[in-house]
Amino acid sequence: MEICEFTAHQLADLIRKGEVSSEEVSNAVFERIDLVENDVQAYVTLLRDNVLAEARVLDSKMREGKDAGRLAGIPVGLKDNLCTKGVRTTCSSRMLENFIPPYNAAVVEKVHDQGAVILGKLNMDEFAMGSSTEFSAFFPTRNPWDLSRVPGGSSGGAAAAVAAGEAICALGSDTGGSIRQPASFCGIVGMKPTYGLVSRYGLVAFASSLDQVGPLTRDVRDCALLLNIIAGHDPLDSTSAPVKIPDYTSFLTGEIKGKRIGVLSEMFGEGIDPAVAETVKKGIAKLEELGAVVEECSFPHADYAVPVYYIIAPAEASSNLARFDGVRYGYRAGSEAGTEPDLLDLYMKTRSEGFGPEVKRRIMLGTYALSSGYYDAYYLKALQVRTLIRDDYRRLFRKFDLLVSPTAPSLPFPLESELDDPLALYLADIYTIPVNLAGLPAISVPCGFAGGLPVGMQLIAPAFQEGELLQAAHAFEQNTPYHEMRPPVQGDASLKPAKGSEYRCPHMKL
Amino acid sequence: MKLSRKEVEHVAMLARLALTGEEIDRFGAQLGSILAYAKKINSINTDGVEPTYHVLPIKNVWRKDERRPPLAQDDILGNAPRREGNYFRVPRIL
Repeated sequence: MEICEFTAHQLADLIRKGEVSSEEVSNAVFERIDLVENDVQAYVTLLRDNVLAEARVLDSKMREGKDAGRLAGIPVGLKDNLCTKGVRTTCSSRMLENFIPPYNAAVVEKVHDQGAVILGKLNMDEFAMGSSTEFSAFFPTRNPWDLSRVPGGSSGGAAAAVAAGEAICALGSDTGGSIRQPASFCGIVGMKPTYGLVSRYGLVAFASSLDQVGPLTRDVRDCALLLNIIAGHDPLDSTSAPVKIPDYTSFLTGEIKGKRIGVLSEMFGEGIDPAVAETVKKGIAKLEELGAVVEECSFPHADYAVPVYYIIAPAEASSNLARFDGVRYGYRAGSEAGTEPDLLDLYMKTRSEGFGPEVKRRIMLGTYALSSGYYDAYYLKALQVRTLIRDDYRRLFRKFDLLVSPTAPSLPFPLESELDDPLALYLADIYTIPVNLAGLPAISVPCGFAGGLPVGMQLIAPAFQEGELLQAAHAFEQNTPYHEMRPPVQGDASLKPAKGSEYRCPHMKL
Repeated sequence: MKLSRKEVEHVAMLARLALTGEEIDRFGAQLGSILAYAKKINSINTDGVEPTYHVLPIKNVWRKDERRPPLAQDDILGNAPRREGNYFRVPRIL
């Protein structure tokens, strides 16, 4: 196995024992990037020089016997909606193409404090709105398991990079499935923590009552390791929960006997690819074989989660994205020569030129749902149904420790196949969305392959029970081979770099 | 269900988006079908159900009113598309 294919915990051990240096690890990852990035196109910004300099500093620190942190020398990628001080943070949007944040997101500060080296910023659907990464304003990312297919989204760059060996692990964000669905499509582990467990400070806001930062990793232990570092109360995020954080790795016992797991039967019904259903059912049979008590259960409001989400999320987005006005930062439309535009013109031109089609669509949808005459019928009604969805989960968690479903209803679909029908694309998140509406934690773990493409199984737990999730996911993983499989991408010279790859800027300093 | 041109133009103005004629047509049709789908939720009886704005049971989060070093003025203004001295420059509004 090559260095770039190891997990973070394996590399952290090797680095700590002095068997490999941070610099060697970073070099190995960059060699991999040089080989496959042209195919995968995961990065918007790469920080090559910066990474190697930091790795050398960490190496000399460790040679002197100093503690360099729990992630010392581990190359980590960041979704490009996490603010990085002095490093362009674009949200894959023209609007923020040249935005240089003056501060780090809380999670960036935390992984950096633990010695992680930041490789660069990863491609995404513009402002995290999408499920295929094709709504990036710069270029699409390709799925390392099949370069003609999407990696999922919106954290598609993060999932593809981790799967392809272009990052050891990554941080992304999940508003309706944006960590779990791409993790499923790329055959890796992705977790959305409980709302409020991880600080959102410095995460560019999409839908503030739903957004949460989480890890994308190659195995469950790495997920626990990263969660240990990023979880915890932050006074700079007023929706951060003041809860005690356990050592999540202490849950990785391999034990799952007697765990009561409910199978969400609605999520194997209409609209699912039979190959996905079959693969996930085999995964569930494995859980049962390992001693879990598995039983079918019903989620009565399952059908209403997507409509509720596509009212609430755009409503919050339309309000959050009102800040992009061309005045304080971000894109500003030029004025016609010799004319002095008025302020309204400036706003309207700036926003029309700076935002891409999906972002405009969601802003329009949200503005409509919040507008006078429609507020009660759409927005308020959606918030009430959101309560009923939470009640469904509450009832289920009286009986079960965990719930299980597929992560996504389909296999990774071909690039450009779903771009013209927004509603069809929204259904890609049908199994992940209800979890965000209720603020619960959930994890996607690889549970098999169908036609050579990875399939993810989603486990859901009650609020703040990430330990339970990790325990079950780890027990499953230790008894299945899927997390050890690596995609076949090897550098295909026939593929042209995507339009927009000139946006990479290797010389910025973190 | 398709939103009329007038409806789309009204919403676009509220959202401060200048849409092209082609976008108005496309969004009219797409928003119409998304909203028709969203109307599904009207079949549920929600009499007396409290809305969930937010899932955490926390309210009014305060911090101590202490002085902290602010972000550097130059870092903030450095992102301004138009700047004049220590000000953001905007078109005249009076």
